[in-house]
Amino acid sequence: MKTYYDPEDLKKFGNISDFQPELGKKFFDYYGSVFADGALTKREKSIIALAVAHAIQCPYCIDAYTEDAMERGYDEEQMMEAVHVAGAIRGGASLVHGVQMMNKYKDLSM
Amino acid sequence: MAVLTHKSLAAQDHELSESDKQLKLLHEAGLTPFQDKLTDSGLFPLKPVELDIFQINMGKMCNQVCKHCHVDAGPDRKEIMTRETMLECLDAIDKTNCSTVDLTGGAPEMNPDFRWFVEQLSAKGKHIIVRCNLTIIVANKKYNDLPEFYKKHNIEVVSSLPYFSSTKTDAQRGDGVFEQSIRALKMLNAVGYGVEGSGLTLNLVYNPSGAFLPPDQSELAGTFHSKLKDRYDVVFNDLFAITNIPISRYLQYLVASGNYEGYMEKLVNAYNPVAAANVMCRNTLSIGWDGYIYDCDFNQMLDLKVAAKGQHLSDFNATELQERSIIVNQHCYGCTAGAGSSCGGTTT
Ligand code: SF4
Ligand code: SF4
Repeated sequence: MKTYYDPEDLKKFGNISDFQPELGKKFFDYYGSVFADGALTKREKSIIALAVAHAIQCPYCIDAYTEDAMERGYDEEQMMEAVHVAGAIRGGASLVHGVQMMNKYKDLSM
Repeated sequence: MAVLTHKSLAAQDHELSESDKQLKLLHEAGLTPFQDKLTDSGLFPLKPVELDIFQINMGKMCNQVCKHCHVDAGPDRKEIMTRETMLECLDAIDKTNCSTVDLTGGAPEMNPDFRWFVEQLSAKGKHIIVRCNLTIIVANKKYNDLPEFYKKHNIEVVSSLPYFSSTKTDAQRGDGVFEQSIRALKMLNAVGYGVEGSGLTLNLVYNPSGAFLPPDQSELAGTFHSKLKDRYDVVFNDLFAITNIPISRYLQYLVASGNYEGYMEKLVNAYNPVAAANVMCRNTLSIGWDGYIYDCDFNQMLDLKVAAKGQHLSDFNATELQERSIIVNQHCYGCTAGAGSSCGGTTT
């Protein structure tokens, strides 16, 4: 079956440099630095990445950071709480625009 | 006693209970031979350093049937070490300068000569480690005084606890195991084990409940210390994070769950030459319940006996063993992934 997403493609992520080596290299160097220990630990960054992966609904990132979070010692409860953080921010982001709708509604109303 | 949910592979007559079938499967994965990796790291043939640890497997009998068990242990396994073989162990130990004797199984305490053997070792002044599965302490009244017995001989107790919650622990080790383990840990704490200043060492072993690699050992230790203290008022010394080696029941789990190829690839990609230089077989000898000699407990389960003329305790030759080459195979990738893995945790 043909699909847009193939789990095997995740392993080929590095191949994006084949078509544009310079930018590819810059991206992967940057990516590596972002996920290194800094003011936040690698472990903290892992759970942030897991939440963001859900917010942007990237299946590759969800696979990769589920595994990464497990290998950094997070359990299922913590990981689901992270997904809820993504859900809450996404839901909140829609709902807070309700204020804009209300403003416009009021502008247009007598 | 932990609820028995599974039989050993041997009792099921499962094909992966046979070591040659396991080795065949490991080769069929078509991955870079471990030997080639060692060659690239300048470590092949792999040679021993000075012998420090005698690890003795006292038998396959166990009160648990953990899903990941590399020994394929369980109540249905009757192979245990006799006193005669223990005497041969004592003779062999005398021919070496090893500092430590590490007793494992199965549940070594289920061997009727366990206490006698510990007393002999203790009289020799060896540092003794017992790999205690915890639940054995509460499995039967006759084992309830084990903490006192360990204390009497100043034994280092090393116990598996895959997580500080029941879901992950019971998923791997059997229903009710977590609750019983906590009870046993409290009994160990009560006699001083793991308590600061007592001099009695209680170390825990974490291994992943699934097809993934262990987390950073020191970070995880911090979490275990605080969670076990806060939730259960349990204390311990160190935590060893161990990688699951793809043999026996863990191999069967990997195959049955569709994780085999992915896990092997992960191990190979995580090969770390520094960990390879520090693998535990270099300073350890492993003895099987029947007195045969191996490079490690994993080779023992794969029936890969030492590459020496004297392969049994009755022909024990310390010099010859010191000069042997260690037998490596594809399962060795489990010892060299990431921060490395041994019976004492990470190796880098
Ligand atoms: S892992 Fe340990 S406790 Fe579990 S079945 Fe095997 S020997 Fe017994
Ligand atoms: S599996 Fe055994 S022989 Fe292989 S590296 Fe590990 S300890 Fe050494």
